[in-house]
Amino acid sequence: MNTKKILFIFIFLILIVIHTAEAVAKINIFACEPEWAELSKELGGSLVSTFSATNVGQDPHYIQARPSLIAKIRKADLLVCTGAGLETGWLPVLLRKSGNSKVQPGQKGFFMATDTVKLLDKPTVLDRSMGDIHAAGNPHIQLDPRRMRIVAKKLSQRLQQIDPEHSKEYAENLANFKTRWDQAIKRWKEEIRDIQGKNIIVQHNSWVYLQQWLKLNKVAELEPKPGVPPGSSHLSALLKRVKKSPVDLIIYSSYQDPKAATWLSEKTGIKAVAIPSTVNENESLFQWMDHVIQLIKDNSK
Amino acid sequence: MYFFKQQTIKTSEEIMKKTLSLLISAGIICAAVTPVMADEQIELLKQQIEQLKQDYEKRIQALEKGLLAAQQAAKKNEQILVNVQEQAEEAELASDDNQQTIAKNSFNPEISLILDGRYASYQNNLDNYQLPGFSLGDEAGLVPEGFSIGESELSISANIDQLFYGKATIAFAEDDEGTSAEVEEAYGQTSALFDGLTIKMGRFFSSMGYLNEQHAHVWDFADAPLVYRALFGDQYRDDGVQISYIAPTELFMQVGTELFSGSSFPASGTHNGVGSWTAFARIGGDINSENSWQVGLGHWKASNVDDRKSENLNNSTTIYNGDSEINTINLVYKWTPNARTDNLKLQFEYFERDEDGDIALDDFLSGNSSSYHGEQKGWYAQAVYQMNKQWRTGLRYDHLSSHTKGSNYLVLDDAGLESYGYKPERYSAMLEWLPSEFSRIRLQYNNDQSYKDSDNQLFLQYTFSMGAHGAHSY
Repeated sequence: MNTKKILFIFIFLILIVIHTAEAVAKINIFACEPEWAELSKELGGSLVSTFSATNVGQDPHYIQARPSLIAKIRKADLLVCTGAGLETGWLPVLLRKSGNSKVQPGQKGFFMATDTVKLLDKPTVLDRSMGDIHAAGNPHIQLDPRRMRIVAKKLSQRLQQIDPEHSKEYAENLANFKTRWDQAIKRWKEEIRDIQGKNIIVQHNSWVYLQQWLKLNKVAELEPKPGVPPGSSHLSALLKRVKKSPVDLIIYSSYQDPKAATWLSEKTGIKAVAIPSTVNENESLFQWMDHVIQLIKDNSK
Repeated sequence: MYFFKQQTIKTSEEIMKKTLSLLISAGIICAAVTPVMADEQIELLKQQIEQLKQDYEKRIQALEKGLLAAQQAAKKNEQILVNVQEQAEEAELASDDNQQTIAKNSFNPEISLILDGRYASYQNNLDNYQLPGFSLGDEAGLVPEGFSIGESELSISANIDQLFYGKATIAFAEDDEGTSAEVEEAYGQTSALFDGLTIKMGRFFSSMGYLNEQHAHVWDFADAPLVYRALFGDQYRDDGVQISYIAPTELFMQVGTELFSGSSFPASGTHNGVGSWTAFARIGGDINSENSWQVGLGHWKASNVDDRKSENLNNSTTIYNGDSEINTINLVYKWTPNARTDNLKLQFEYFERDEDGDIALDDFLSGNSSSYHGEQKGWYAQAVYQMNKQWRTGLRYDHLSSHTKGSNYLVLDDAGLESYGYKPERYSAMLEWLPSEFSRIRLQYNNDQSYKDSDNQLFLQYTFSMGAHGAHSY
């Protein structure tokens, strides 16, 4: 009699725990880069909890497949990453070790942002002698607000698939985000008028989408080949070229070694600016884009 | 003239009088009639005005309506235009789904080829190499002096279907009998069985030790740590099944077990069921985004080691029958600072092996046999610092010790299992140049005190990787 009572209470407690756990259960989103975590927050609101595997100071090409990341993927309901080979050095290991069926390639929980938009720089010849090129095209799409909007739409659809009970909320969040994003795009279009057509030198070829959107001319890259660090012979050749044709700005990512960019800047007097490739902690996509545009405007005068 | 004037005046006066009278009479008539006429007209006018007003109001309303409609239409058009613009932009920038599938298929299966070769130089004679206190497995020798190619590995891997992932690695190796192709690894593993649970089956490297799981070409030094050479013949793998589970916790927690056939060193023989088994556990996490760690524990056991053969210095074979048990702990710590290209990796592994059984020289029938109880211990510690994308350097220290008991110490001595208190040691230093992620040139120096004559060793090694971009484990 007594044991029965205890068993009953025990089962009851378990049911309560499961029930409360269900009630507060959020969609766990594992974002490979902070911009996708931020976008997921915009679209998921309070229905999701997001985690970013990397931060603005880290190069997403080279990330250690740390145990903590395996633990995070293990619990994820949705993976939001760039794709197109950007995370190829670490994400496949994490996925294989996680044992999480929901987020494996081809599943609903596997969302690659670059799958939703057209990519630039698709190589016509695939050969490693050309450096670390991405077969699918250039993966650094996050700096194009127009592509960001397309990704937002597709990501919202995916959230609605995963969590159909709240599809109305996701649709509302998307509409809300799109309105604000479109307004921001209008504003940015005004702001970037006087930087259009500027000539820039970039460190790594990770700015093509920003270039396309801002109509900037890329004159050269500091890396002799994608992923290969700038060497002295390449830099001195570059210096000669810059002296002949005018360049307005040198751009490198805030996670990159500034040595090469500052060297060229000192030799030529052209400003070199570190631009955050992604959102900072506690920064919205809007604030980040404002910041990026402001940095280019301020430094290319 | 005057008369005429008078006349005209007269007539004009008359006219005036007449008109006056007429006017007066008209006035009287008017005075009587006009009030009636005015009232009617005003009413009429009022009505007309009212009608006009209504007309205008109607017209204004109509106009307003028209304007509103026009405005709405304009707005609609504008919205349509925006939508069209958006659609056009999406058509321009969004991908079509067909392209996607093609791109994804293009790397199925992933094929990669590792080319490895080296130049080795030794001060001592290779034939004198031994590790006092340990009998070595087949592959535990040193790499040949001079130029040689190491193992060239061909790997093919792919998701087999929604449930399984498979990988096979064929190694081409050069030995005394010529070139041989060997199935180094061939396994299938579940990718989506049950949350956190993974089952691996086939031939694979055991997860019991940290370095053991990794292929030799991803090691940070040109040779295996002494303890791996002594206990496993460089690396332990067998045919079997592995079951592992990752807990749904913030901290990385993994537990697993492996069941093996028990036919490969340091186990031996054919067994009907499980010849050897392991259990392992790992815990890992981040201190912050720049510092991470992992601790692993492992246990290996073979209860029935049957005729394990190893060559000894007297050009005879040592045979062991008995049980064998290994316990191990490993620690890995990585420091990867943000916004920099340098990083540091610290690594430590400790193993101890207990064996209880009998040994014989060449044959148990020969009479040269002894009971054997051995306690063998070993560890290594290494630090590898990557200075930038293209340069890495590292230091490693190896240490072994053993304690042996047996009934016939002459047999133990001949078998090389008696160390007389000698503790093998080795100091290594390496420098790597990495032109890209796919190539590596390594220079390594060892001061090897495996046995009493200390040896100075130099390796120049290249490792090239072709094909699929391999992902690196922690």
